[in-house]
Amino acid sequence: MGGFKVIQPGIYSLLQDAGRFGWHGIGLTTGGPMDRQAFRLANKLCGNNDDSAAIEVTVGGLVLDAKNHSSIAVTGADIPLTINSKPVPLWRTHHVTPGDRIELGYASKGSRGYLAVAGGFQAEAIFDSLATVCRESLGGLHQDGQPLKADDILACPESDQQPRLLSVPENLRPDNNGTATIRVILGYQQHAFTEVQKQLFFSSEYALTNSCDRMGYRLSGAQITPSIGGILSEGICLGAIQVPADGQPIILLRDRQTIGGYPKLGSVLSLDLDRLAQLVPGDTLRFEAISIDEAHNALLLAEQKFASTKLETVDV
Amino acid sequence: MSQDIFNISIAGENSLIVYFGAEPSPHIAAQVSQTADYLRQSLGDLLIDLVPSYASLLVIYNPLQTDHYLVRSAIRSATHNLQQSSAQEQGNLVSLPVYYSLESGPDLQQLADNADLSIEQVIAIHQQTEYRVYAIGFAPGFAYLGEVDKRIAAPRLATPRQKVPRGAVAIADRQTAVYPAPSPGGWNLIGLCPQPMFDPGATPSMPVQTGDRVRFNAIDREEYLALGGIL
Repeated sequence: MGGFKVIQPGIYSLLQDAGRFGWHGIGLTTGGPMDRQAFRLANKLCGNNDDSAAIEVTVGGLVLDAKNHSSIAVTGADIPLTINSKPVPLWRTHHVTPGDRIELGYASKGSRGYLAVAGGFQAEAIFDSLATVCRESLGGLHQDGQPLKADDILACPESDQQPRLLSVPENLRPDNNGTATIRVILGYQQHAFTEVQKQLFFSSEYALTNSCDRMGYRLSGAQITPSIGGILSEGICLGAIQVPADGQPIILLRDRQTIGGYPKLGSVLSLDLDRLAQLVPGDTLRFEAISIDEAHNALLLAEQKFASTKLETVDV
Repeated sequence: MSQDIFNISIAGENSLIVYFGAEPSPHIAAQVSQTADYLRQSLGDLLIDLVPSYASLLVIYNPLQTDHYLVRSAIRSATHNLQQSSAQEQGNLVSLPVYYSLESGPDLQQLADNADLSIEQVIAIHQQTEYRVYAIGFAPGFAYLGEVDKRIAAPRLATPRQKVPRGAVAIADRQTAVYPAPSPGGWNLIGLCPQPMFDPGATPSMPVQTGDRVRFNAIDREEYLALGGIL
């Protein structure tokens, strides 16, 4: 077993795998990466499966020391990356040797980066997953839902054979600029919103507020009012848009509560949650309605595109 | 009962939600549980998860392996199947011990005063009802039990507590619950239950599931401590 030592944990760095599935019945949320596409590409660069554990770095500040030979990749937000103080590019694999210091600065664009390692970070799973959910005190390195802290030792398999160095082609790297169009599948209590209210929602620009965490993003913008105040608590799916009494929508994300009683207009297409995950407070977004069939088509196409993505070999 | 009372709506790209009625009832709770069991069997690996609640069931499926048409038809089969099974599955009956006292239930006196009852009456009434687990959520292992007898129903505290202890037995409106872990909370505290409601290391990790029935049984201070309770 190789590994890394955490020298500095950064602002908020969490071990995440694909998520914790099948446990909603006892009230557990899924967790998992906020930007799933960046997470998967980081793993793909390291030759890993989609469900291998990587580190989700919010804003930045993570510093690690390599204890063994390995390969790493960082994707997601534009975060300056150095190995032994030498700047190196994101979206590609790098070899590291014992004693190497890997430093992430702070994001200049976007907000979440993903650091993957060949073979994936290893820790004991709880409820089938390593996903860290702070609110539930579950998962992560010590199974207690805590973010990484200084002196943590992150285990990973030692890679004897150096894998090829790979890079994500430029055209497949997302552009995390400050505005986004977010696709929405109408559903749930959509009939509790009049046509006028829906028109208002889809024609207005919303801004991300400071109340944004892994549980949900609160927006500010045109106030939309459902004709009902509350409902019997019911299951909440990923990306659900709930509208509380103040008319300001909240998009529920990876660490969402499993049940709740606010009226919901529908849910965001998961592909666009990746984009949303990279926004910072003050960034703006607009919504666009799509049908459930369009949503399924988009998901299948995206999956096909990901599967057929050819990473480029880096000349050393 | 006609089948069209079951309303199926789109929730999201990979989720349908089934509504069984407007108000929770033991009958609906049993239907929700039965439908969940049926879908687990019929959908197998196509199913990602289920969220049963008061009068609804959220069905989360894998949209890369199936689509909403097929899942809709599986839900229709499930609800059709309900009509044919006249014998209702009633869920397990679980008994939970409670140390009711002023020491363990800091809101007991206030609740009794507001209800114009004695503390003994509040405790007796809380134990008389056989509750149904209507939903699990809010936090891991937090089971919403209903319905509390009208005489002891009490609104949430105006100012929630910063910290409610693990095992606190509480009432909010016509619901009662046992706090599975220390957390902030605004429910009225009437006692303490020594039995863990959520233990990640145990199998199963919760003593109840949605659709089960629960009865509370009073124990005294010594029994509470002997069962591992903490004061």
